[in-house]
Amino acid sequence: MIGVGKMKLYSNVLDKPLSKGKQEVSLSAFALLFSELVQYNQTQVDNIAELERRLDDAGYAVGARVLELLCNRDKGNRRETRLLGILSFVHSTVWKVLFGKVADSLEKGTEHEDEYMISEKELLVNRFISIPKDMGTFNCGAFVAGIVKGVLDNAGFPAVVTAHFVPIEGQHRPRTTILIKFAHEVLKREARLSQ
Amino acid sequence: MAAIYSLYIINKSGGLIFYKDCGTKGRMDTNDSLRVASLWHSMHAISQQLSPVNGCSGIDLLQADTFDLHCFQSLPGTKFFVVCEPETPHMESLLRYIYELYTDYVLKNPFYEIEMPIRCELFDINLSQAVQSDRVALLGR
Repeated sequence: MIGVGKMKLYSNVLDKPLSKGKQEVSLSAFALLFSELVQYNQTQVDNIAELERRLDDAGYAVGARVLELLCNRDKGNRRETRLLGILSFVHSTVWKVLFGKVADSLEKGTEHEDEYMISEKELLVNRFISIPKDMGTFNCGAFVAGIVKGVLDNAGFPAVVTAHFVPIEGQHRPRTTILIKFAHEVLKREARLSQ
Repeated sequence: MAAIYSLYIINKSGGLIFYKDCGTKGRMDTNDSLRVASLWHSMHAISQQLSPVNGCSGIDLLQADTFDLHCFQSLPGTKFFVVCEPETPHMESLLRYIYELYTDYVLKNPFYEIEMPIRCELFDINLSQAVQSDRVALLGR
């Protein structure tokens, strides 16, 4: 067999080191697959809220697995315990691995203590999608909101995460904001740890 | 200055799925544009039979006194044709670029039903940008 001499043969597949894998995936392939995911879910639901929830659930599964993988591969099995730590992990590392770049911005909400926002000029999943007028405020970014929710929940920071379009003056396309609202116990714990 | 009069996209059964005119000449109302589309679809098909050369893939270019009509047919049978001023350069590469925009912003849109009229905002925006005359000149390079 060609090439087998180069690889060190492991007796147990669990001993093989976790490879970094292929860094790049075809954008078209992903876009078509995601489009099919949305279309499939559309046939199963009656209303838009249900469709958003389904995309959210699909993203949650991705987020849970991404957290495990990245903790092992990129962070050397260290666990984040602080709020800002986990937020910058999501904003930089998770975004870099999933979308090839860090998120545009991370902001703290001015109105409420427990709100944080990750903003993006245009989410990768939404790049080829035009929402018809009769769907109102529906945003396929609900999938990305689900990913963030999956990462936060499984890291011990339960939160409600939603995706919103924010119209910007002077630009035709609105910006997308992922709004993260942390649960009460997370803030209490953070306050305790800050002392 | 070379000008594009209008752009038509017809699906594989001959129905018009997209029509855009650039406001200068050759404007048509909805019924007329539907008729032109189905006329062209039939002529394109008949020309394949009439051709003295085997393996003809249909009409690519129709030249008249006051306009040129360039046509591009994709593998699945969707036809893109543009009516423009005579002797306008780079129309073939424009049609191919429009086909790329179609595959990106229409076919990857989960809310678009195949073979139905195209109502995708992103496609319209990018198409308007592409059809501006300075962009067409850039495509020719």
